[in-house]
Amino acid sequence: MLLGPVVWVLTVVICYFFVAKTWWFPLPISQHGLQYDEQFLRTLVVTGIIFFAAQVALGYVIVRFRDDGRRASYLHGNNKLETLWTSATAVLFIGLVLMGTRIWAEVHWTEAPADAIPIEVLGKQFAWSFRYPGPDGKFGRTDLKLINDAGGNPFGLDDHDPAAKDDLVSASLKVPVGKPIKLILHTRDVIHNFFVRELRLKQDLVPGMEIPFHFTADKIGTYEIPCSELCGLGHFQMRSVLQVMSEADFEKWKQEQLAQK
Amino acid sequence: MSSPEVHSAHHAPTSFIGKYVFSKDHKVIGIQYYFLALFSVLLGMTLSLLMRFHMVHPDMKVGWFEKLWPTAAAGGIMTPEMYLSLMTMHGTIMVFFVLTTAPQSGFGNYFLPIQIGAEDMAFPTLNMLSFWTTFLALVVMVAAFFVQGGAPLSGWTAYPPLSGVGRISGPGEGMGQTLWIISIAIFCGASLMGAINFIATTLDLRAKGMSLMRMPLTCWTWFVTAILGLFGFAVLLAAGILLLLDRTAGTSFFIPAGLVVSDQILNHKGGSPLLWQHLFWFFGHPEVYIAILPGMGVTSQLLSTFSRKPIFGYRAMIYAILAIGFLGFLVWGHHMFMSGMSPYSAFAFSVLTMTIGVPSAIKTFNWIGTLWGGKIRFTTAMMFALGFVSLFVTGGLSGIFLGQPSLDLYFHDTYFVVGHFHMIMGVAAIFGMFAGTYYWFPKMFGRMMNETIGKIHFYLTFLGVYAIFTPMHFLGIAGNPRRYADFTNFEFMNSLMPVHTFMTHAAYFTAAVQLLFLFNLFWSLKKGAKATDNPWESTTLEWTIPSPPPFDNFGGHHPVVYHGAYEYSVPGAAKDYVMQTDPAAVSH
Repeated sequence: MLLGPVVWVLTVVICYFFVAKTWWFPLPISQHGLQYDEQFLRTLVVTGIIFFAAQVALGYVIVRFRDDGRRASYLHGNNKLETLWTSATAVLFIGLVLMGTRIWAEVHWTEAPADAIPIEVLGKQFAWSFRYPGPDGKFGRTDLKLINDAGGNPFGLDDHDPAAKDDLVSASLKVPVGKPIKLILHTRDVIHNFFVRELRLKQDLVPGMEIPFHFTADKIGTYEIPCSELCGLGHFQMRSVLQVMSEADFEKWKQEQLAQK
Repeated sequence: MSSPEVHSAHHAPTSFIGKYVFSKDHKVIGIQYYFLALFSVLLGMTLSLLMRFHMVHPDMKVGWFEKLWPTAAAGGIMTPEMYLSLMTMHGTIMVFFVLTTAPQSGFGNYFLPIQIGAEDMAFPTLNMLSFWTTFLALVVMVAAFFVQGGAPLSGWTAYPPLSGVGRISGPGEGMGQTLWIISIAIFCGASLMGAINFIATTLDLRAKGMSLMRMPLTCWTWFVTAILGLFGFAVLLAAGILLLLDRTAGTSFFIPAGLVVSDQILNHKGGSPLLWQHLFWFFGHPEVYIAILPGMGVTSQLLSTFSRKPIFGYRAMIYAILAIGFLGFLVWGHHMFMSGMSPYSAFAFSVLTMTIGVPSAIKTFNWIGTLWGGKIRFTTAMMFALGFVSLFVTGGLSGIFLGQPSLDLYFHDTYFVVGHFHMIMGVAAIFGMFAGTYYWFPKMFGRMMNETIGKIHFYLTFLGVYAIFTPMHFLGIAGNPRRYADFTNFEFMNSLMPVHTFMTHAAYFTAAVQLLFLFNLFWSLKKGAKATDNPWESTTLEWTIPSPPPFDNFGGHHPVVYHGAYEYSVPGAAKDYVMQTDPAAVSH
């Protein structure tokens, strides 16, 4: 019967694109990213084998057991087989999730190292802003009433607070290469999502919450940040970039910003 | 357990209105639900075609756009907010008015009473009410298109604060969003009425000899789906009312303090956006099974019928249905791995999520086991059931990626998710509906559908849906976020445009193919060959009565059941199937 070969061809075509990697991840730029890709590959191998075997088997029974005048077998099941495949899938699926837990734990169950550079991330309809604490190492006071996007004050920094005076605000996320970064994610209107493909990291920004999030980027370059939680009509253009710089360039940029204040 | 008593809740109505409009006959109500879903699926599909068009031609001017939507497509160019409205309404209409409505309320209403040997549902008046309440919900939902600002743009999940603070968060978030919530609340009421009716009918109206362990698997899935609906829709109703209060009465269930939207400082304080997500997904995840379980039931029924073999592992199938129903309530958190909820509970949710993969795998194995050693008859209905198995495997396996919080760190809210749920909850479920249509049409309307057109429809649709939804997985792997009106602002998305263009063309093609189905459906209603009582040589009770069935189903006669539902190719039997009502002995 035609459907059997159709299923086989579909299966081969789909598998081909997973092997050819025509459309694929960008290269990772962190240790976490490398581990992520390993876990992805493990999952792909397990699910790929199941996918291939199940579809091929489906095609096979379609071809093999078409009505050719035989009498069908009168069979109600097989408890041994039932037990076997139930336990096999349980072990495989739960095994996979347990293997990935270490990756999750490093992202979410551990704190950023004490020397991590803190940066506050602010999401708003439809732009990103990033705040650095300045030479005093402290984030200064903010006030909702002082928010002025056109005037370059999306955070509502209070200039009367000396700790706020030296805070740097940037429209892109600039970080030194190889240094742990601690983000504090926060939004002032609706839910947004911070996503950097090359970091293999994603986290919602939730109104009313300040969510800590840490990473270390090991490769200099510019990487796009697309908002990845529906935030309204401009969602598709809520873009910024992560710029991973050499330490010297990062310091230079900070000094230039401070000089302009 | 079974009730031998005569159940004569009502008599055949004679007026047109009593017979076809405000009918209390479960068969008429089933058909009403079916056509409501058919209207909705055509609407939902049209919206998706407009979306696909916009994604590949975000700036193209189309003359008739402006005529139809003078504001949303001013100048003939669709605005991003219009795209989001289409997306919101596509998801909402498909999930509620198609996937929840056709398999359960449509086919379930028509065939549950007949398959268990009852004259009607337990509460015929409630049944009528639940249909007309669903109808009202659809009217209110569609009305959202026509109010100022248009339909809402917060997606079918309606996450606050976007959905909770009114017009300042975007056009469509005014009256459109309010109507959306009201419609959903009405729909919840209708579904609760339906759920109670299905549960009572299954438990109380089974014919003599129809023990639970002899019920067709279709009945099992309708029964468990009704239980999911009872617990799920009750919670969504509560959540919807709270959201409505946040919008209209100034309460703060979901909106915290300190928000500035469109330069306005809001007065809300004390709410939590995560609370909505928990309540929504407490409903939303079981909803996935509400959509797919009846399709699994139909597939089981058809694979057994058309391979002329008993279902492989009947009891294991029932335990798997029950396990899916139960676990379905414990995994909602896997929609929220990135939401800011505790990363420790994410771990628990992920283990439970993987666990629910196990009964799903059992079902797949048992389907292949059913086909093994069979004598397969390739009717169109059977082809769709086989297609269901293929799609269920494909769509299920991508869930193994998404169920791991570690991998979700990248895949959450990318096209990988869109591909996953369309494959399994969308098209697999729709294949279940097609299978049910081709299988039961002769019983419902007394005429056969055209098999040649049916098979062409099957092949083109099968290839079409794979062509639309497989590439989405690759887009997701490349990191393409979902719910983007256009992709021109990001460098990496520009390079993915050929994939989007391919999918858009595949969508046009697959939608066009559905005209074959519509033609076949309506042509066969009038011109199809006359159907016999049991054209497929099936064993279940609906095939013991005339096509179409008389008003009280069994013509005043009370069927007695002697066998399970899938006695095919019994050694020594005269034919290769033994009806459930056949007193002849079957030795196991």
